[in-house]
Amino acid sequence: MSAQTAPLIEVQSVSKYFGSVIALKDISMSVHAGEVMCLLGDNGAGKSTLIKILSGVHRPSDGHYMFEGKEVHFSSPREALNAGIATVFQDLAMIPLMGISRNFFLGSEPKKGWGPFSRYDAGFANRVTREELAKIGIQVRDTGQPVGTLSGGERQSVAIARAVYFGAKVLILDEPTAALGVKEAGIVLRYIAQARARGLAVVFITHNPHHAYPVGDRFTILNRGRSYGTFAKSEISREELTGMMAGGEALEELSHELAEFARTDEKAGAALVKVAQEFEAEAKGLHVEQLPSKFEKAEQQYADPLPPADGDGKR
Amino acid sequence: MSVITSERMLRVNPLRRLLVRPETGAVAGSIAVWIFFAIVAASSNFVTLRAASSYLSVSAELAILAVPVALLMIGGEFDLSVGATVGATGMMIAILTTQYSWNIWAAIVVALIFAVLIGMLNGYLVMRTRLPSFIVTLGTSYILFGATAGITTQVTGLTVVSGIDKAPGYSAAHAIFATALGGGQQFPIEIIWALGLVALATWLLLGTSFGNWIFGVGGDAQAARNTGVPVTRVKILLFVGTAVCACLLAIIQVVSFTSADVLRGQGSEFTAIVAAVVGGVLLTGGYGSAIGAMFGALAFGIVEVGILFAGVDANWYKAVIGVILLLAVLLNSYVRKLALEARR
Repeated sequence: MSAQTAPLIEVQSVSKYFGSVIALKDISMSVHAGEVMCLLGDNGAGKSTLIKILSGVHRPSDGHYMFEGKEVHFSSPREALNAGIATVFQDLAMIPLMGISRNFFLGSEPKKGWGPFSRYDAGFANRVTREELAKIGIQVRDTGQPVGTLSGGERQSVAIARAVYFGAKVLILDEPTAALGVKEAGIVLRYIAQARARGLAVVFITHNPHHAYPVGDRFTILNRGRSYGTFAKSEISREELTGMMAGGEALEELSHELAEFARTDEKAGAALVKVAQEFEAEAKGLHVEQLPSKFEKAEQQYADPLPPADGDGKR
Repeated sequence: MSVITSERMLRVNPLRRLLVRPETGAVAGSIAVWIFFAIVAASSNFVTLRAASSYLSVSAELAILAVPVALLMIGGEFDLSVGATVGATGMMIAILTTQYSWNIWAAIVVALIFAVLIGMLNGYLVMRTRLPSFIVTLGTSYILFGATAGITTQVTGLTVVSGIDKAPGYSAAHAIFATALGGGQQFPIEIIWALGLVALATWLLLGTSFGNWIFGVGGDAQAARNTGVPVTRVKILLFVGTAVCACLLAIIQVVSFTSADVLRGQGSEFTAIVAAVVGGVLLTGGYGSAIGAMFGALAFGIVEVGILFAGVDANWYKAVIGVILLLAVLLNSYVRKLALEARR
C-alpha cells in the first residue's frame, strides 16, 4: 500500500453481523487524500454494508474505524457528514420537481440580510450552482430548471458537485454509474477523476470493473462478505480484475446453463449454443488458474469455509 | 456537452415556459369563467363593481383558507380540519364575548392560541404516527365539530350565538376585520387580508430558506432529511399555518356577521383543496404556488356569484365547480409532464 501519509479513512478488520448472518467479515481498507479507492463486488458481496459503516448508517460489530488517524464512532450519517465524509447514495437526495440551484442548496441555503429580514439569496445560489456545474462540464442556462429534466449522469454529477462544494474530504459514491448509459457513465467517471485531482479521497463503489479500472488507483474486491485483498493498479490488469470480481467459474456455469437450455428448446437452440460457446471462451480467458499467483493466495483465503447466508443483498 | 445543452435551450418556446408555471391554468380559468358570465349574465349587470365586490369577497374568504392549504399541500400534506377550526374558533370568540363578557380582543387572542395548538396537534400526530394526514386531520375535524356543537348547546342552549357587537372592543375589531373600503362601491377589507396573505405566502415560498424546505419536504421527505432539512418542524409549522388562517377567517366572519354558527366552515376544507388544485398545486406535493391558489379561489368566487347573476338555479354551482376541478387536474398533470420533459 502506498502510505506516504496517514490515510484519511481506514477500517481495520471490521465485521458486521445481522443476527446470525455474517454480512462482512474481517475487512480492512484505507483511502488517502487524492486517491480513488474502488470497492468492487457482485450483488450481495457486502459493498453496501461496508459503505453504510463508512457513512455512519451502521456501526461495525467488530474492528476499528479511523478517520484522520483517530478512531471514530459515528451514530448518524449527519455526524459523518459534519466530519467531512459525504456519501452520495443511489437515491441522490434530490427533488426532481425543484430547480437545480434550489436542490443544490437544499438544507444549507445561502442568506442575505439580517435577522427576520434575512432571505434566500437566489442570485448567489444561481451563480455558485452555475460555476460548480461549469467546472464539471455541464452548462445550464437556467439554473431554475427542474432537476428531473437532467439526465441520470448529470444528476449524479450535480449530487457529487454538491458534496464537494460543501467541503467533503471523503466522497463515498454508491454505484454512481449503475443504470447509466455509456456516455453518461463517462461524465461521472470524468468527475470522479476531477475530485481526486482536487485532493479528495474517493471511495467508488461499483460492480462494473470497466468503470472502476480507468479511474481507480487501488481496488478492493469483496466477495460474499470477505475481501479478496487490495491491489494497486500496477499490480492488476483489467481482465484480472473482471475475473476476480465475477469469478471465472460464474461465467463457466452460465455457459453450461445456456447449453442445457439450448438442448431443451429446439428453436432457440442454434443461437443459444453460439452464445454459450462465447461465454465458455470468455470464461477460459478469465479462469482463475491462469491468474498470477497472488490471486491464488486470495482464492485459498476465500476457500475457507463461509456460512452460506449473505446479509447484504438488496438495498 | 455545452453545445448540446445550448442548442436545446434555444428550442424552448416562450409559450411553453409560461405554461409550466403552476398558476397559468388558474389565471386562464379565472379569465375564462369571467368572460363566460360577462356574456351569459350581462343583462343582470355582472359586469359591474357591485358584482365585482360580491365575487371578490367570496374569493377572498376562500383564498384565506386556500393559500395556507396550498403551502401545506406543496409540503406534501392535507388538512381536512380547517373547516372545523373555522367553526370552533368562531364559536369560541362568540361564547367568550357573549356568555362571559370578555373583551373581544382577549377572545381573539385565546382563539388564535387555540388554533396554534390545533395545528401543532395535527402536525405532531401526523409526524409521530406516520399515518396519512388525510385520515388524521379527518379525525381531528370530527372531534372539533362534535365538541363545538356539544359545548355550544350545553352553554347556550342554541347552535347559533349572536350579539357579538355588544362586546367591549368591538368597534376597533370591526374597523380592522370587517370594515368596507372604497368610495361609491364598497369593497370588504377581507380582500386586503387575502392579498396580504398571498404576498406573505409568496415571499415565504420563494424568498426564504423555509420556502425551499417546503418544496423539499413535499417533493421527497427522505431526500430532504438527508440534506439536513428539519422535516418534522417544517410540516408542523405548515399545519399551524392552516389552523391560524382558519382562525383569521373565523374572526373576520364573526366580526362581520356579529354571530357564530357551529356549522360555519363545514365543507370549506374541501373547497380550499379544490381551489389550491385548480391553482396548480400538485396533489402529490412539491409543486405549486400561493398566487395560483389565489386565482383558484377567484375562479371559484366568480362561478358562485356568476351563477346567481345568471339566474340559474344555484344548485348548478357545484356541478360547474366539479367540471373546472377535473379540467384543472388534467391540465396540471400535463403541465407537470411538460415541466419535467420539455425543458432541457
